[in-house]
Amino acid sequence: MALVTAMRRLAQVSLREFSRRSTAVSWGAFHTAERSFTTGAQPLRSDNKVTVHFINRDGEKITVKASPGDSLLDVVINEDLDFDGFGACEGTLACSTCHLVFNEEMYKKLGPVTDEEMDMLDLAYGLTETSRLGCQICLTKSLEGMVARVPESVADIRQTKDGSA
Amino acid sequence: IGWSGKAFLSTSCCPKVCIVGSGPAGFYTAQHLIKARQDVEVDIYERLPVPFGLVRFGVAPDHPEVKNVINTFTQTAKHSRCSFYGNVNVGKDVTVGELQQAYHAVVLSYGAEGNRRVGVPGEDLRGVYSAKDFVGWYNGMPSCRELSPDLSCETAVILGQGNVALDVARILLSPLDALKKTDITQPALEALAESQVRKVLIVGRRGPMQVACTIKELREMVNLPGTRPEMVAADFEGVPEALKDLPRPRKRLTELLMKTAVEVPGDKELERRKNATKIWGFRFYRSPTEIFADPSHSRTAGIRLAVNRLEGSGERAQAVLTGEVEDVSCGLVISSIGYKSLPIDPSVPFDSRRAIVPNSVGRVHQAAGLYCSGWLKTGPTGVIATTMNNSFDTARSLLEDVDSGTLDISTGKPGSQIVSMLLEERGVKPVTFSDWEKIDSLEMRKGEACGKPREKLLTVEEMLKILHL
Repeated sequence: MALVTAMRRLAQVSLREFSRRSTAVSWGAFHTAERSFTTGAQPLRSDNKVTVHFINRDGEKITVKASPGDSLLDVVINEDLDFDGFGACEGTLACSTCHLVFNEEMYKKLGPVTDEEMDMLDLAYGLTETSRLGCQICLTKSLEGMVARVPESVADIRQTKDGSA
Repeated sequence: IGWSGKAFLSTSCCPKVCIVGSGPAGFYTAQHLIKARQDVEVDIYERLPVPFGLVRFGVAPDHPEVKNVINTFTQTAKHSRCSFYGNVNVGKDVTVGELQQAYHAVVLSYGAEGNRRVGVPGEDLRGVYSAKDFVGWYNGMPSCRELSPDLSCETAVILGQGNVALDVARILLSPLDALKKTDITQPALEALAESQVRKVLIVGRRGPMQVACTIKELREMVNLPGTRPEMVAADFEGVPEALKDLPRPRKRLTELLMKTAVEVPGDKELERRKNATKIWGFRFYRSPTEIFADPSHSRTAGIRLAVNRLEGSGERAQAVLTGEVEDVSCGLVISSIGYKSLPIDPSVPFDSRRAIVPNSVGRVHQAAGLYCSGWLKTGPTGVIATTMNNSFDTARSLLEDVDSGTLDISTGKPGSQIVSMLLEERGVKPVTFSDWEKIDSLEMRKGEACGKPREKLLTVEEMLKILHL
């Protein structure tokens, strides 16, 4: 059928027959629906919380309180922090999109990095000497007040400049 | 076309965007658009009845975590302002021109369905396959179902040293018990159970410091049960000295490669290698010049490799012929030298040399209202996260154009209303996302019966039959 004919035909079709999806899904549901990352319920007493500061890509500081045992990826998801593309593989060490940068002092506190994490971290865009993957860092009280910077971009470096596969 | 857009329809003047292709590029572009403006409506068209592109048909069966992105794509597809139309072949069932008239903007995200040819005699012999087809075969791509690769030989040669090459090597040599628990197809599992392949060579034009694969995939080969590495120590001359100047990622990768190839292993590893029944190894500085047939000329029996040396170093090093050649007996050749995009509609500009749609930050050249994202935009390299960024960039360009008025959304557009009518008239039955969910459930139920995450349906006919279409 030519497009013109279709257009004319459509003009005769009642708009009532045009069905619309009725399910409204809130944006928050994009990140939190059907996922449970937190390890068990933690009582909501304030003395059991760890304060974490994120610096987003616009340079803004976002302060949240999280539970010991949560990974930094858990925190980003649970607090609905809107970092574009963060945590694409859902914490399974299959990407580098939860890349975070720390200052030297905090980096040392985070402890040793496994080969597995290092392998994926190596592919992170804007890799630094004090970079880590957020999904591998679990909060403890000793990390109280940590500052984690979300670096500029989430591109993996597994794309070569000359276009070869 | 002389119709007045305002005469009917305008349910609203909300921007309506059409996306062609439902792989990561399509879905990430959709996600970004829907999130950025509360009034954008996005329709995703896909040629197959099933969505997700290479996440379903490219990612190796033993890398299920990489497929977690499907959860995000599913959320996008089920958003009230997003609709999925599968089983629609853009270029054949509906033209890009018709889509451009129905929507304010069209984003082409249909990826790279072709592959780069090696360009040597013998490339079309039985036993020679592109990695794209081989991977498509073990991942249940309907168009690759009839591949029936011949695995009745001892040695396989893979051309190319990227992650796809390593995926192929790993699937060829993995213990069957490991593969049985993945979503690899049943026919592939049966073929691999009968496979006589015991040695896999992964061949590249340049040297160890130019391999395109990454360390995670290399480590998987090194640790692959039942296998041992076998490489040429001389290929690593000059590498130890060059290590210290390398950036950390390349340094760690090269160190692991060298250690595997050259270092004398400890007792435990020596014992493990002694008990290995399968061999794998990289071969460097080799370019294919000819693939030989067996005496009956019915299949491949070997490959001639020209010997190279390097000029320059690092990423920019070039392979230069030395004049020497080396012949390798093998019954299986898999070329893994790159996927390639194809033009699907003559009205869309296409750069045949680079095999991409010419664009600037996703805006197609000389085509107002037309955009592209993913591999079609930048060429077929990069992982899902690379494509994600690429797609976000295209979405941003589109949104900028709406804000600046370059993309005119003042007139309502009919969007899927008109396209659905055209398709119906043409006898095309689109598959909805909830239709896909029926296929999804069926595949998972079938898989459960044999300890797999899913048992994929292998033909379009089967998929449509399930849906009574």
